[in-house]
Amino acid sequence: MTLLPFCEWLAGTRGSIALHQSILIYPLLETTHVLTLCVFLGTAVMLDLRLLGLTLVRVPMSEVKRRLGPWMVAGFVVMIITGISLFYAIPVRTYQSIFFRIKVAALVLAGLNAFVFHSTIDRRLAGWDRDPVPPRAARRAGARSLVLWAIIVVAGRMIAYNWFDCTRQPQWAIVNTLAGCVVEPR
Amino acid sequence: MWPLPFFQWAEATTIGEMIRTSAWAFAVIESFHLLALSVIGGAVLIVDLRLLGLGLRTQPIGDLARDARPWLVGSLIVMLVTGVGLFLSEPMKCYESRAFALKMTCLALAIVFTFTVRMKVTMAEEGRVQPTWLKLVALVSLALWFGVGASGRWIGFSS
Repeated sequence: MTLLPFCEWLAGTRGSIALHQSILIYPLLETTHVLTLCVFLGTAVMLDLRLLGLTLVRVPMSEVKRRLGPWMVAGFVVMIITGISLFYAIPVRTYQSIFFRIKVAALVLAGLNAFVFHSTIDRRLAGWDRDPVPPRAARRAGARSLVLWAIIVVAGRMIAYNWFDCTRQPQWAIVNTLAGCVVEPR
Repeated sequence: MWPLPFFQWAEATTIGEMIRTSAWAFAVIESFHLLALSVIGGAVLIVDLRLLGLGLRTQPIGDLARDARPWLVGSLIVMLVTGVGLFLSEPMKCYESRAFALKMTCLALAIVFTFTVRMKVTMAEEGRVQPTWLKLVALVSLALWFGVGASGRWIGFSS
């Protein structure tokens, strides 16, 4: 399955071209995307560190979730909206960026991790709500979340670099495969 | 306004030269700069939100500030160390960048404000500082740190 034709069509739309060429809107979107990291990931990191028993140990986990959750969700919504807009501005190159693909894969894994956490150990929260150091399953979920989000941030930043762009050939075969590059046979 | 010889000296340092010529160094250092940004964002935000009567508002301010401090100081150190590395790789660009000048001004003010006024207010006995002052301190802190982040991002856009 390839979404390349869709991305090529997207790149030709008027909105995409306008966004791509805008001198002010694109940098503003990017700045918002980066700074919202403080709101979304900042609160998420504090929540994960609480799961690891490394901070806010006197605050019940349910309280951390209830009070910081809305900020995390609000930040996430802004991240997604600005992120999709940034993709919309440069669809083809981003789609074929190996870093973008790593980022999306890690995002899916982070979502899965959150889902598993909520449907297992989080269900039994009443039993460990006030524990300074939560049970092992909760700590593991927190650690996995931190690692995945670190990968997402770093991979996201690396999209800006063109080391592995499809337009730069020859490239390692593995890179071409993972990035979905269409290479003319020599 | 800025001492030009300092920037010229920075441009000539070996470490700056190494980061500048390496294909990966800048990207790697910047990644750590960004990761620390997430942590410092969280550490600043949970306390400032509390001062505004938001977020973890049922918790004592002093407790939150104490819990956040090691993460604030730790991430700030990572920010400063990686920031110096990024600066050394392109001092002359920074010299000419207004965004850089703005960032350094905000940064100096943010650090001083955080470790004097804000620290004093968050460590004060509960109820001794008027809520209006707490809110004002939080807004100043958020504005200064936001200024650091936004102008920092803008250094990359200026050429």
